[in-house]
Amino acid sequence: MIETVVQGLLLGGLYCLFALGLSLMFGVMRLTNIAQGDLIVLGGFSAIVLAPLLGLNIWATCLVLLPLAYALGYFLQRGVLNRALDKDPLPSLVVTFGLAIVVQNGLLEVFSADPRSLASGGLNTQSLHIGEQFAVGILPLMICVAAVLCTCAMQLLFNKTALGRAFRAVSDDQEVAELMGLNARKLFAIATGIAFALIALAGFFQSLRTTVSPSDGPQLLLFAFESVIIGGMGSFWGTFVGAMVLGLTQQVGFKVDPAWGVWLGHLVFLAVLVARPNGLFPKTKG
Amino acid sequence: MSTNVSRGTRGSQLSLSAGVILCLVAVSLPFWGESSWMREFVEIACYFIFAMMWNLLAGYGGMVSVGQQAFFGLGGYAMLSMATFWGVNPFVAIPLAALAAALIALPVSRLAFRLHGGYFAIGTWVISEVFRLSIANIPAVGGGSGTSLTAMHGMDRWARESTTYWVALACVVASIALIYLFLRSKEGLALLAIRDNEVAAEGQGIAVFRMKLAVYVVAAFGCGLAGALYFVSSLRISPDAAFDVNWTAFAIFIVMIGGIGRIEGPIIGAVVFWALNKFFSDYGTWYLMGLGIIAIVMTLFFRQGAWGYLYKKLEFEVLPTQRKLRD
Repeated sequence: MIETVVQGLLLGGLYCLFALGLSLMFGVMRLTNIAQGDLIVLGGFSAIVLAPLLGLNIWATCLVLLPLAYALGYFLQRGVLNRALDKDPLPSLVVTFGLAIVVQNGLLEVFSADPRSLASGGLNTQSLHIGEQFAVGILPLMICVAAVLCTCAMQLLFNKTALGRAFRAVSDDQEVAELMGLNARKLFAIATGIAFALIALAGFFQSLRTTVSPSDGPQLLLFAFESVIIGGMGSFWGTFVGAMVLGLTQQVGFKVDPAWGVWLGHLVFLAVLVARPNGLFPKTKG
Repeated sequence: MSTNVSRGTRGSQLSLSAGVILCLVAVSLPFWGESSWMREFVEIACYFIFAMMWNLLAGYGGMVSVGQQAFFGLGGYAMLSMATFWGVNPFVAIPLAALAAALIALPVSRLAFRLHGGYFAIGTWVISEVFRLSIANIPAVGGGSGTSLTAMHGMDRWARESTTYWVALACVVASIALIYLFLRSKEGLALLAIRDNEVAAEGQGIAVFRMKLAVYVVAAFGCGLAGALYFVSSLRISPDAAFDVNWTAFAIFIVMIGGIGRIEGPIIGAVVFWALNKFFSDYGTWYLMGLGIIAIVMTLFFRQGAWGYLYKKLEFEVLPTQRKLRD
């Protein structure tokens, strides 16, 4: 019982990393990134390719990967996504959906449909023993800690820094913020850059913890999305809690029947939508 | 001073007559055409009807959904269940299955409408996944690996193929007519007002919620129709094929190519899609990447699509819904 709960919360940590980028992009510019899941998979494959190529250990590889992802996000927003932003959500949805198809089929072309994972050097089998019969995997624990740190960092960024203030300003009223001298398009690019770095981190951990396959993307998008909505839009800690609820639910489902985990997660998401349409911790600010 | 409100033009009347003649020729196809043509038509008809419904939702109702395959799959499974368990003739079951999809859309809308904009889009996708995973757990319809439509056994091949073809033709004409008449009606005018400005429309006394619900249910009906038709033709159904998100992906492509928010758009888009599919689908992943890139480029640079462009140049509509004042 306790083991299921702990496993669920650790899984939730991974989902939180999946979801932060989505939450950030929607929060700053009302852009729903349908390619989120496929980009996570792209992040995972990038780590798998980069590690042997650079000949570095996995953590150094991750340090190389993150700025690359930031640059990709920054320039994608400047070159493509900024053009799709509109009061009407249609253009940005179609463009990110098209992007998802391009990324997914591109990965399929290059890597075939086989699932792959990043060689962790035995990290994924090590565990921390607490008491007699209770053990927690080191890697899932690290992922969960990373999720807490990232959530903290995002919340601090938004509440305490000049950049976060600018993000909130363009989110509240783009026109007025621009009149005050903020460059909204550049801010959007920075936000997407940060979101892509978070996406790459999520993909890195996903490929380390289990496997990635080109067709995984849509499912990862749905997990990210459910975490955001369960927690309540507009707060990173809400997303964190939403991811925990989702991870916990899926783990309980997996325990009952391996085919039920994902399904039960979806049902709990729908139940939250019925009972609390604004999520468990609604907050429009930040 | 008297004003004269008109919608039709000489051009539109001419093209309408041309359409009627084309339909009459199409009806006789089974007597002189090849059976592969009929199969091809049925397949593209399903894509076309699905795309029309996506256009109605996104282009007129302002609801961008990536989960319409939910109703496509439900239509297919409803048709299969009626034919297999109740002995209903599969062709009769097609409209009944569409009706079933529309009925299911009523409670589903209560969930979907809690989300807006981009989150509505992904929310509908989750709902579709719930249907897929739930049906994969029902052994009576073959579970995850699916099942075959056995009710068609013993039917003469030519009779089956040509009946399927005629039903598909009827479905295409009916869905064009349905959407055309809907948009020309008072409700259609209300819908256009909502699309242009939801708050102002509500202020004018338009029941916005009811209109959106009506659009959602009509779209579910159409997608269910397409699904039932598709699986009558293919004779085999599985949850992965029935609830495949690619249905919506192709619909988005067809609509964005042809022009969103215009009835003629999906017609042009479907023809383009049919041609691309015929010549390039062997390229697999490259083909799909190409479709994705075309959709992105169309959205960024030619948002009005091929028909929108032609309309601007020629000021000509085949199926006019706008009212124009003439003196």
